[in-house]
Amino acid sequence: MATILDALVSILFLGLGFAMVLYIVSVGLSLTMGLMGFVNLAHGAFAMAGGYVTVTLMNTYQVPFGLALVAAFIAVAVVSAILERTLYARLYGAGELEQVLFTIGLIFMAGAIARKLFGPIPLPMHPPALLSGQLNLGFRTVPAYRAFLIVVSFVLILSLWLGIERTNFGARLRAAVDNRRMAEAIGIDTALLFTVTFALGSGLAALGGGLGADILAIYPGYAVEYLVYFLMVVSVGGLGSIRGPFVAALSLGIGDTACKYLVPEFGAFFVYIAMIGLLLWRPAGLFGRA
Amino acid sequence: MRIRHFVPAFIAAMALSCAMALAQTVKVGLINTWSGPLAAAGEQIERGTKLYMKLHEKDLPTGVSIELVKRDDTGPNPEVAKRLAQELITRDKVQLLTGVIWTPNALAMAPLVTEAKVPFIIMNAGTAMITTKSPYIARVSFTLWQSSWPLGSWAAKNGLKNVYTLVSDFGPGIDAETAFTKGFTTAGGTIAGAVRMPVTTPDFVPFLQRAKDAKPDAVFVFVPAAKEATAFMKAFGDLGLRSAGIKLIGPGDVTTDEELPGMGDVALGTITMHHYSAAGDRPANKAFVAAFKAEFGAKEEPSFLAADSYDGMAAIFAVVIAQNGKIDPDKTMELLKGWKYDSPRGPIMIDPETRDIVQNEYLRRVDKVNGQLQNTEIETIPMVKDPWKELNKAK
Repeated sequence: MATILDALVSILFLGLGFAMVLYIVSVGLSLTMGLMGFVNLAHGAFAMAGGYVTVTLMNTYQVPFGLALVAAFIAVAVVSAILERTLYARLYGAGELEQVLFTIGLIFMAGAIARKLFGPIPLPMHPPALLSGQLNLGFRTVPAYRAFLIVVSFVLILSLWLGIERTNFGARLRAAVDNRRMAEAIGIDTALLFTVTFALGSGLAALGGGLGADILAIYPGYAVEYLVYFLMVVSVGGLGSIRGPFVAALSLGIGDTACKYLVPEFGAFFVYIAMIGLLLWRPAGLFGRA
Repeated sequence: MRIRHFVPAFIAAMALSCAMALAQTVKVGLINTWSGPLAAAGEQIERGTKLYMKLHEKDLPTGVSIELVKRDDTGPNPEVAKRLAQELITRDKVQLLTGVIWTPNALAMAPLVTEAKVPFIIMNAGTAMITTKSPYIARVSFTLWQSSWPLGSWAAKNGLKNVYTLVSDFGPGIDAETAFTKGFTTAGGTIAGAVRMPVTTPDFVPFLQRAKDAKPDAVFVFVPAAKEATAFMKAFGDLGLRSAGIKLIGPGDVTTDEELPGMGDVALGTITMHHYSAAGDRPANKAFVAAFKAEFGAKEEPSFLAADSYDGMAAIFAVVIAQNGKIDPDKTMELLKGWKYDSPRGPIMIDPETRDIVQNEYLRRVDKVNGQLQNTEIETIPMVKDPWKELNKAK
């Protein structure tokens, strides 16, 4: 009995840690895709950029972890706002194929730039001493960094939820998502709103890249390799919601971990089967609007 | 006016074409991974070949030169590698083929090189049976059996009774697992559990937690070098397997020399069996590492891929020099069989029977020397032939 309980705690805890990284990166994608109807496959590139900024600041300039994360958020948000105004905005009216081609191109460019600047080897991430190693919970030990990730993510989710549901900005955002023309008619500057949201989404991705650098290694192939996971979380969760990707990341992250732990031979397949099943049941995602 | 210009130009052109007729350029097709998420390994091959060419260009006979025709296979894509090899053979008329990191790519090329009779010198791809697929293949790199099999018997003789194996689920991983298990159980060890993991997996933690719960004496691991190895090591440290008294052993891919500095102290004490360590204390290696650092930067470490491709070029130079630039496929293969070289990794030889590499295997431990992590060689097993071929021959 004790061992079964122990295994359950392991699965829940380790799965949560992984799920939270998926969530932080994906929620930004869900926002921009749901809000603007823009298929931004290059979202992972922003996460990668955030990871590079965080790790470089920490390793080369000895900037404290927290500060490095803030810097990554701001830097990537600003860059993405510029990209949104100069490049993305041109394609808002274009078809999905053009958007996909454009953002896939961005992924390859981002990967090549990263390789040129930082080399092909993953950058090592060294979390502060307080967050490395094991954390003793009394009855068992858990990896300290994962515990930290879980706490941070819950704070983040709460503030996002409050920001979208309880503030004036959030209300305008929701209005613009529901009916863009109507929102414009009552005087909401949707272009500005979109730029801000896009920057926010990319900033969140950067935060996820930096926070998750310890789990999802930062290297030039980042945007390509993990794209599948981000897209799965978004499609299962449903576009444009905060809650959807959260539930999706939790179920995929914990399910993936559980399956790899319990039946490692089939561990790789679980997420895909789960995704197919969920999408057959709810084609628009768990919390999406059909 | 025109005539006056024309005459010297004509003479110059004549002179040039005479020189061209005398010069013998050997075209060598190099298939490697330069782009894509797996380009880290390709960079090492690029550097190893480049370094050898630069240092030894002068050794070629007068009038003979080697031209590398480079093609990018972008990763483990057999269909791309096959197409590139075909183009290199039919369009570029290469006389030799080399490079190739990935086993599936090498296998896809094997029928082509047999048909076209183009000697193919493999610089990495390490699945044991590749060399049996064409009489025109010779390998200068390694096989997983060479390292994992002796590691198995070493582990059993050095107090490890129970070992949990974790390998990536593809050719080399399965070779490593089979070889280790055979070596280990023959010498009296027991396997506590065996799991094959997806080749790219974003999170190793669940697999390692399961291994930890099985309470083995050690975990044997094979994951491809580059990002996977670093992520694996990280998870091993995060879950506290080391502090639970579980050792980490495996072929050298989990602690490659270029990644080791980034892995941090969690790698300390890892025991690996491999054919090359940048820290190897041999004159040929010291010279190689110094030349590598002089060429590519003091902070850069050559990995086994750089050493293997350096040796691959040495083999190519040897056959070109011996034939004075006129490559005959069958003669080239005869020259390669039994070819010996004092490599940075120690003495190496191409087995005349199997055309596979024969080399020393080193048991290494990750140590910290002057604040830098390194693979210290602690034991040498001299001149190991590929055990897979030896065992299958006996049957």
